[in-house]
Amino acid sequence: MDLLYDTLFNGLAIGSVLVLAALGLAVVFGLMGVINMAHGELMMLGAYTTFVVQNLFKNGPLQGIFPLYILVAIPLAFLVSGLAGLLLEKTVIRRLYGRPLETLLATWGVSLILQQFVRSVSSAFVIGLLVAVALGLVAPRLLPRPWGQRRWAPVLGVATWVIAGLVGIALASGLGGVRVLDQPWFSARNIDVTAPVWLRGSVDLGAVNMPTARLFIIALTALALVAVHWFLQKSVWGIRIRAVTQNRSMSDCLGIPTETVDALTFLVGSGLAGVAGVAVTLLGSVGPNLGGNYIVDCFMVVVLGGVGKLLGTVVAALGIGVLSYVIGSGSLLLVWPAMPAGLNELITFFATTSMAKVLVFALVVVFLQFRPAGLFPQKGRMVEA
Amino acid sequence: MAKWRTWLPWLLLVAAGLILPAILPPFRLNLLGRFLSLGIVALGIDLIWGFTGMLSLGQGIFFALGGYAVGMHLQLLALPPGELPEFFGLYGVKALPAFWQPFHSPLFTGLCIWVLPALVAGVLGYLVFRNRIKGVYFSILTQAALLVFFNFFNGQQKLINGTNGLKTDTARIFGELVGSDAMQRNLFWLTLVLVVAAWALCRWITRGRFGDALIAIRDDEPRLRFTGYNPTAYKTLVFAIAGAMAGVSGALYTVQSGIVSPQYMAVPFSIEMVIWVAVGGRGTLIGAVLGAVLINYAKSLVSEQLPETWLFIQGGLFLLVVTALPDGLVGWWRQGGPRQIQAMVGWPPLAPTYPGLDLDPAVQAEREALGSIPGGAP
Repeated sequence: MDLLYDTLFNGLAIGSVLVLAALGLAVVFGLMGVINMAHGELMMLGAYTTFVVQNLFKNGPLQGIFPLYILVAIPLAFLVSGLAGLLLEKTVIRRLYGRPLETLLATWGVSLILQQFVRSVSSAFVIGLLVAVALGLVAPRLLPRPWGQRRWAPVLGVATWVIAGLVGIALASGLGGVRVLDQPWFSARNIDVTAPVWLRGSVDLGAVNMPTARLFIIALTALALVAVHWFLQKSVWGIRIRAVTQNRSMSDCLGIPTETVDALTFLVGSGLAGVAGVAVTLLGSVGPNLGGNYIVDCFMVVVLGGVGKLLGTVVAALGIGVLSYVIGSGSLLLVWPAMPAGLNELITFFATTSMAKVLVFALVVVFLQFRPAGLFPQKGRMVEA
Repeated sequence: MAKWRTWLPWLLLVAAGLILPAILPPFRLNLLGRFLSLGIVALGIDLIWGFTGMLSLGQGIFFALGGYAVGMHLQLLALPPGELPEFFGLYGVKALPAFWQPFHSPLFTGLCIWVLPALVAGVLGYLVFRNRIKGVYFSILTQAALLVFFNFFNGQQKLINGTNGLKTDTARIFGELVGSDAMQRNLFWLTLVLVVAAWALCRWITRGRFGDALIAIRDDEPRLRFTGYNPTAYKTLVFAIAGAMAGVSGALYTVQSGIVSPQYMAVPFSIEMVIWVAVGGRGTLIGAVLGAVLINYAKSLVSEQLPETWLFIQGGLFLLVVTALPDGLVGWWRQGGPRQIQAMVGWPPLAPTYPGLDLDPAVQAEREALGSIPGGAP
C-alpha cells in the first residue's frame, strides 16, 4: 500500500511539472493551431527571471522579505515570458497563420536566438541591440517621404535595417572594450536558484515523505489549471477566444477583434510557460538548454491528450508522469519479486530515466495507432480532422 | 547553344572533381566531402518535404543508422580475428553481441547501410500514415521517435558504446587507413558520384507519374484520396526512399568524419537538415544539395572565427527563409528574383510581351533603323 502511495505521489510530482509546462503549449496549440517550438525557451526566460528576482531580494532593502521572493517571481515571470511571446506573435507568427510547418521552423529559429541570447547577453550587447532596433524603426521616418513611393523602396527598407544592424554590432563591439559593460549577465553556465527556507524541507504525508518544493509545484499547477479554466470558460475574453477557435470568420463578422484575440491567447500561453519556468528552478539548476529538455515531452503530452482539451492535457501529463516513474524506478520488481527471469531482465533494462522515456514514448506512439486524435478527440465531420 | 547548356554543368562537375582535390588542402577537401554527403540526406528531405509536404524532424534516425552500420563494420575490420572491439572491455562484455556478427561481412554492411534505414522508415511511416496522421502531428511524432532512438543509443554502453560512439579512423580498407589523406580523397570522389546518383534518382522519381502523385499529396491529399488513389502507399514508399538516402548519407559522413555517435540523432541536427533544404529551395532538387553545402561551409567558417554568433545567424536564417524567401535561393532565382531587384534599382529588363513584339528581331531592327522612339521604354 505504501508503495502505491509512493508511486502515485512521485508520478504526480513528475506529472505536475509536465502539466504546468504543457499547459501553455496546449492553450496556444489547441486554440490557435500554432506550433511554438520556442515554448521551452519561454520557460527558460521564466527561470532566468526567477534568478534575477532572487538576486534582487538577496541584497538591499528587500532582504527582509527574501523568503517571499518566489511569490513575486511568479507574476513577474508570467509577464516577462508573456511579453516575449507577444513580441514573437506580433513580429513573426502573425505572418505565418495557416502555415503550421513554417511556423514550426520559424519558432525553432527564435528558440536558437533566445538560447544564445541568454548566453551572451551583456550590457554592451543590450545597448547595441536597442540602438539598432531604434535606428531601424526611426530611420524610415527621417528619410524624404517621396522615397517611400519609388520603385526601389523595398531595397531601401532592407538597407536601412542592414545599416542599423551594422551600427548596432559596431557599437556593441566598441562598448565591449569596457570591462563593466562586457561582463555577460548570466554566462553559458547553469544558474542555481536558492529555494526559500519554507520550500526546502519535506512534509510527512503518512505514507510518503514529500519534498515541500514538489508540493508547492503541485499546488501551483492546480492553481494555474483553475485560473486557465476560469479564464477560458467564464471571462469575456476567454469566451471570445473560444469563439474564434470555433469559427474565425463568423467571430470576425460578429465584431470580435480576432487579431487582439490571437495576441492575447499567445500572451497567456507564453506567460504560462514563464510560470512553468519558475517551477523548474525549484527542481535543480537550470541553463540555456532548459527548453530542449522539455519541449518534446510537452508536445507528446499535448498530442496524447488530444488538442483543444485541457482535461486531456492533465490526464496525459499525469499518465506519462506516473508511467515514467513506475518504469524508471523499476517499482514493478518490488511489487512482484517472483516474476519470471525474462520479464525481470526486461524491466531492469528499462529501469533508468532515459530508457523509461524510450518505452513511454514508444507506448504513446503505439497508443496513437488506436486513437490517432488522442485521449479526448474533438468531434467533427471534417475530412481534415 | 542548347547542347552546350546541357553539357556545361556536367563538365564543371567533372572539372571540380578533378581540380578540387589538387588545390584544396586535405582538411578543406575532407570538409567539402562531408558537406556533400550531407547533400544526400537533404535530397531525401526535399523528396518528402518539398515534393510530398511531410516535414520530418527525425531524419537523424536513418542518418545515424547508416553511420552505425558502417561504424560497426569498420570496428570489426580493424581487429585481429577472435578479439573484441576495445570498448567492450570497459563494460565487462565478454562475447560479441549477436547483432554485431553479420557486420563482419562487407556485403551485408553494404546492404544494411540503406536497407535498414529504409525498413525502419517504412515501418514507422506506415504506422503513422495508416492513421492519417499528418502535418505538424507527423513532425512531432518523428521528433519523438528521434528522441527515442537517441536515448536508446545514448544509454546502451554495453551494446554500442553509448555516448562515446564508434571510431572509424583506425580501420583499413584495401590496406589503406580510412583516416589517411589518400583514402579521404577517394571517399570524396565516391561522395561526389553518389550525390549525382542520388540527384538523378530523385529527378527520375519526381518527373514521372509517381512524382505527380507526390505533388498531389502535398497540394490536396483528400482530393487525391477521393480520386481513388491510396496516399498511404505513396507516402510510405517515399518516406522509405528518403530514409535509405539518409542512411547512405550517414555512412559517407561517418567515414569522412571518423566517428559515429548518438549526437547524429540529436534533435537540433535533424532540424538543421530541414533548414538546408529550406534555404536551398524546397522542391528544387539542386537547391537541397546547394543548401547543405553552403550552410555547412558557412557554419564551419563562422564557428572557426566567432563561435558564439553562429546560433544567432542560424536562427536568423530560419526566420528569413520562412518569412522572406519561402522558395529558397534556387526558387528565388528561378522565379526571376535577380530581375526583380534589377527592376527595383532602375534598369527594368526587357520583358517578352504578348505577342512578343519587343523581342521580335524584325521589330528591333526596325526600331534601330528609325532611331530612338520618344516615350519608349528607358
